[in-house]
Amino acid sequence: MNKPATPNSFRTGPDEQGMFGIFGGRFVAETLMPLILDLEKNWNEVKNDPDFRAELTDLSTHYAGRPSKLYFAEGLTRHLGGAKVYFKREDLNHTGSHKINNCLGQILLAKRMGKKRIIAETGAGQHGVASATVAARFGFPCVVYMGATDVARQSPNVFRMKLLGAEVRPVTAGHGTLKDAMNEALRDWVTNVEDTYYLIGTAAGPHPYPELVRDFQSVIGTEARAQILEQEGRLPDTIIAAVGGGSNAIGMFHPFLDDKEVRIIGIEAGGRGLDGIEHCASMNAGSPGVLHGNRTYLLQNADGQIMDGHSISAGLDYPGVGPEHSWLRDSGRVEYVPILDDEALEAFKLTTRVEGIIPALESAHAIAHAVKIVPAMDKDQIVIVNLSGRGDKDVHTVASMLGMEI
Amino acid sequence: MVTRIDRRMAKLRNEGRPALVTYFMGGDPDYDTSLSIMKALPKAGADVIEMGMPFSDPMADGPAIQAAGLRALKGGQTLVKTLKLASDFRAGDDETPIVLMGYYNPIYIYGVDRFLKDAIASGIDGLIVVDLPPEMDEELCIPALKAGINFIRLATPTTDDKRLLKVLQNTSGFVYYVSMTGITGSALADTGKVATAVQRIKGHTNLPVCVGFGVKTAEQARVIGANADGVVVGTAIVNAVANVLGPKGEKTADPAEAVATLVSGLAQGVRSARLAAAE
Repeated sequence: MNKPATPNSFRTGPDEQGMFGIFGGRFVAETLMPLILDLEKNWNEVKNDPDFRAELTDLSTHYAGRPSKLYFAEGLTRHLGGAKVYFKREDLNHTGSHKINNCLGQILLAKRMGKKRIIAETGAGQHGVASATVAARFGFPCVVYMGATDVARQSPNVFRMKLLGAEVRPVTAGHGTLKDAMNEALRDWVTNVEDTYYLIGTAAGPHPYPELVRDFQSVIGTEARAQILEQEGRLPDTIIAAVGGGSNAIGMFHPFLDDKEVRIIGIEAGGRGLDGIEHCASMNAGSPGVLHGNRTYLLQNADGQIMDGHSISAGLDYPGVGPEHSWLRDSGRVEYVPILDDEALEAFKLTTRVEGIIPALESAHAIAHAVKIVPAMDKDQIVIVNLSGRGDKDVHTVASMLGMEI
Repeated sequence: MVTRIDRRMAKLRNEGRPALVTYFMGGDPDYDTSLSIMKALPKAGADVIEMGMPFSDPMADGPAIQAAGLRALKGGQTLVKTLKLASDFRAGDDETPIVLMGYYNPIYIYGVDRFLKDAIASGIDGLIVVDLPPEMDEELCIPALKAGINFIRLATPTTDDKRLLKVLQNTSGFVYYVSMTGITGSALADTGKVATAVQRIKGHTNLPVCVGFGVKTAEQARVIGANADGVVVGTAIVNAVANVLGPKGEKTADPAEAVATLVSGLAQGVRSARLAAAE
């Protein structure tokens, strides 16, 4: 792959066709094209509308609890003995993850567009819970598609969604994970075009979803940047976030992209290792292809069939990645590295013990990389890890990995 | 450039009847059976063959075609083999148009230029690629037209008049009108609305308009064919194959014969369509 020329700014994409270089685009059935164009038109109207922004800010503050804290992880810092580690505490948001940021933005958009029904896909259930939450808050019926495998391993979140009034539809196709849930949500949307709003949870899918999800999630990085300047008087040396579809990561990264001195690292799910097929490291071990409305790095075979992949973390168990990450990878601005299941599990246990914080397994991947690099860094250096969600939902998975019954 | 599709459609127009367009999944349940199904289609009265290219993630397809694609992939089907099916078929039939239908990624991975070259060599006449709307024409549509392969576009109930012009712009061969908003294999829409939509499209193009999604019976083919230039049947044919497969995929009867029986009935429906129009 030719490396694109380094742009003056890494923050200008996508172009009018919804492309980030060769990535992104609108690879959808004709039935959905008018809906996507309508969404784009509405999005362009609201994105700089002060009233819309004011309503979103008000909800983010009083309903979701923003700004989330930037916390100096003193216990982990002491334990690792290198750079200072900060956590951006998205786990403290209402519903327990960063997903609420995007859901609040999109539900306001759906309301403005006069939609009557919300559909969503979910992997770990974090986005499903956040979708069900905003649907309850704004009085929308909500259907959440969730892979049958994920329904089994994320049962607490399934119950939460049901309590919130959402209908959870298990999807048995494929491996029964996020990819299959997204297929089924698209099939629902193509069928219910009149009144349904598809609330995509990650920064992927056809244009304008990658852009609008990124913009709603960029509050993470915007806050973190201001907070570290306030607390330390300077920018961090390194920021780290886990990448499944990549919404928490792009939200964290985007405001820092033009800060050349900040090293940016995205963590992919290395699963049981990149040698086999049991991982979800599409940017380290995949190739560009077209799925779910966009061109991006995918896990696929030589015939262009999509592979299922594997991760201990349901939220990272996706064979693709948001198109902007693919572009940031090829442009060299962001490094993407894999973390194995076992390494994430160790980081999960370590963070729980030394910080008294149970991180989501997704976030534990990002912490695991900090555990690797921080000891070799100087004590006056700063690393921010995006703690994208809390790990209560994962205790069953972790218990079974540790051979315990609860 | 005149393709087999253009010739066949012109011939049927002269005969005063709509085309029966039959979809089957390439490689379902295995290569040889699939080739025998393909060969049986024109003999049973199919005018145009649509061959599905299996894909792991068919977003616009219902359960029947999803399952057919997975059977084919499990049976070892690849895009190389799908093209080989076409060339094997061409050895005995140089007239019946073959349209490949599927999703973009396998073609993208195969390589667009290489694919078009091999598709022409295999006797492919047209392409229907579900996830390439006009906005993505540079990807495959324009190269295909330059190479002399028809690019058949889907028009849907959500395609308004303004957008229709964009949809029709680089379409050739025929226009495929999707009878309803939904996935393949759903219930047929209100046939009156379909007829109105077909007339609307015909107001903007001289291309034949074929209607698909939801047509399963000879009677439905007859009613839809009264107004359309062609009737597309897919899920019913794929189900005819599935119905003669046992729980472990073993054949309980000859799939080609099962498909032929169904298609013969549909062909009669299509052939009496203009009588329906006169009624």
